Amino acid sequence: MLPVAAFWLFAAITVLSGLLVILAKNPVHSVLWLILAFFSAAGLFVLMGAEFLAMLLVIVYVGAVAVLFLFVVMMLDINFVELRQGIVQNAPIGVVVGLILLAELGTLGAAWTFGDDVAKNAASPAPVVEQVENTAALGNIIYTDYIFIFQMSGLILLVAMIGAIVLTHRTRPGVKRQDVSKQSARRPEDAYELVDVEVGKGVALPTKKG
Amino acid sequence: MVEALYTLFGGEGPFLYFLAILASIFAIVLPLLIAVAFAVYFDRKIWAAVQMRRGPNVVGPFGLLQSFADGLKLFLKETVIPAGANKAIFLIAPMITFTLALISWAVVPFADGVAIADLNVGILYLLAISSLGVYGIIMSGWASNSRYAFLGALRSAAQMVSYEVSIGFVLVCILVTVGSLNMSDIVRTQEGGILSWNIFPFLPVFVIFFISALAETNRPPFDLPEAEAELVAGYQVEYSSMAFALFFLGEYANILLMSAVMAILFFGGWYAPVAALDFIPGWIWMFAKIALMFWMFAMVKAFVPRYRYDQLMRLGWKVFLPLSLAFVVIYSGLAVSGVIGNIG
Repeated sequence: MLPVAAFWLFAAITVLSGLLVILAKNPVHSVLWLILAFFSAAGLFVLMGAEFLAMLLVIVYVGAVAVLFLFVVMMLDINFVELRQGIVQNAPIGVVVGLILLAELGTLGAAWTFGDDVAKNAASPAPVVEQVENTAALGNIIYTDYIFIFQMSGLILLVAMIGAIVLTHRTRPGVKRQDVSKQSARRPEDAYELVDVEVGKGVALPTKKG
Repeated sequence: MVEALYTLFGGEGPFLYFLAILASIFAIVLPLLIAVAFAVYFDRKIWAAVQMRRGPNVVGPFGLLQSFADGLKLFLKETVIPAGANKAIFLIAPMITFTLALISWAVVPFADGVAIADLNVGILYLLAISSLGVYGIIMSGWASNSRYAFLGALRSAAQMVSYEVSIGFVLVCILVTVGSLNMSDIVRTQEGGILSWNIFPFLPVFVIFFISALAETNRPPFDLPEAEAELVAGYQVEYSSMAFALFFLGEYANILLMSAVMAILFFGGWYAPVAALDFIPGWIWMFAKIALMFWMFAMVKAFVPRYRYDQLMRLGWKVFLPLSLAFVVIYSGLAVSGVIGNIG
């Protein structure tokens, strides 16, 4: 009884906060509702017995991705009135896209069957849930049978990351960079010099050494 | 712990089970809050002793009741909400900080079998909850509608996200050698006196973990989010009364949590250092180890000057991240070749 009640609680919160993401007037509130939706989705994962996935969802999405998202939205100077203006003429397109997505999801869900080769391709049979905890079970599969696919997805992410850095990185002239080893190696004699100045002569500025 | 209470209550029906869960939560949270009050007192006393001052010594014997007097004072003060603040988020933020600081304690084992939830993924749970801690701070900074508060919040968020990475890698080092994510299992592998504690094989990663824990809990020398010299008090600047008290309690509960995690990961949790002292109950050892770790936190506060913000970020990303990544590789290699740990 308790798990069923918990399921309905988490499911209701997920759906409600998902709705509020699009209905909230303030974009920051939207992001906060989105975070609540992620969090209750993690709760649903726990109820399904997938505690490893639940924790990863919280660590990766709630703890890192949504924080950056929140950062960006908070920093943006958003004009709410301007934002509301386009809603009427853009609504039909949004509805059409949404309907198409829904239809596609429906077709997928209804027509989904495993092909004949799947049983052959699935090299590891699924372990019994009660015997292996899911961290170990996932590790056993990902790092043995699917190691190449796993590594390849990691490399794709790496390429995407490097690409994003390369695209946004600019070299600006006149930027003073801090070089800590250079700063630590600096000695008093590099920084100043004591000179006896004769009356009426003056001295030239010392040339820069470092 | 819940199961034990459940059988104590009679062991029938979901209502009694619910009651057992509630009772075990109270059994952890009430001592924790009292411990937080005394932790604040000891922090101030240690700080004062290093600077050759007396510290709090007026309220109660040796000033022991100082924290309770401060709490009462904050409780009686007026809650001021700035006119331009986003009211709901402004009030939710301290609650989030405080609640998150409390719920992390659910997986901490105080003795063999004494934890509210002995999760299979206990360590990941801790990491998940501590990565949520940043929300209380960002939300308070944004909702206050004040430049100082927002700057403090931004600093804090960047700092916590950066140092979480190296904390994560340090945890990986330990997990790989222990072979389990369960907190009690991690302690059980350290049974058999002080020489089998993790601190000896893992001394280098312990140093990284300790410093990252300082940054993660916004303690000096990494207390830049609060930096009273430049930001007044960072994200707490607009808070008064109980809202401020919740932030304060949450901060110290987090510090105690980090001390407990270090005691569990590196100092053998509830085990005695030598077999002759086994007659002392495990929770007393656990408590003593948490106190020792807290003392280290307090000493660092007393004698280390504050970092500059760019140095802090440099330390996190350019020193600790590559270092901890290298240690992951080294310890994994040692574990697989069977030099340390019980896998391989």
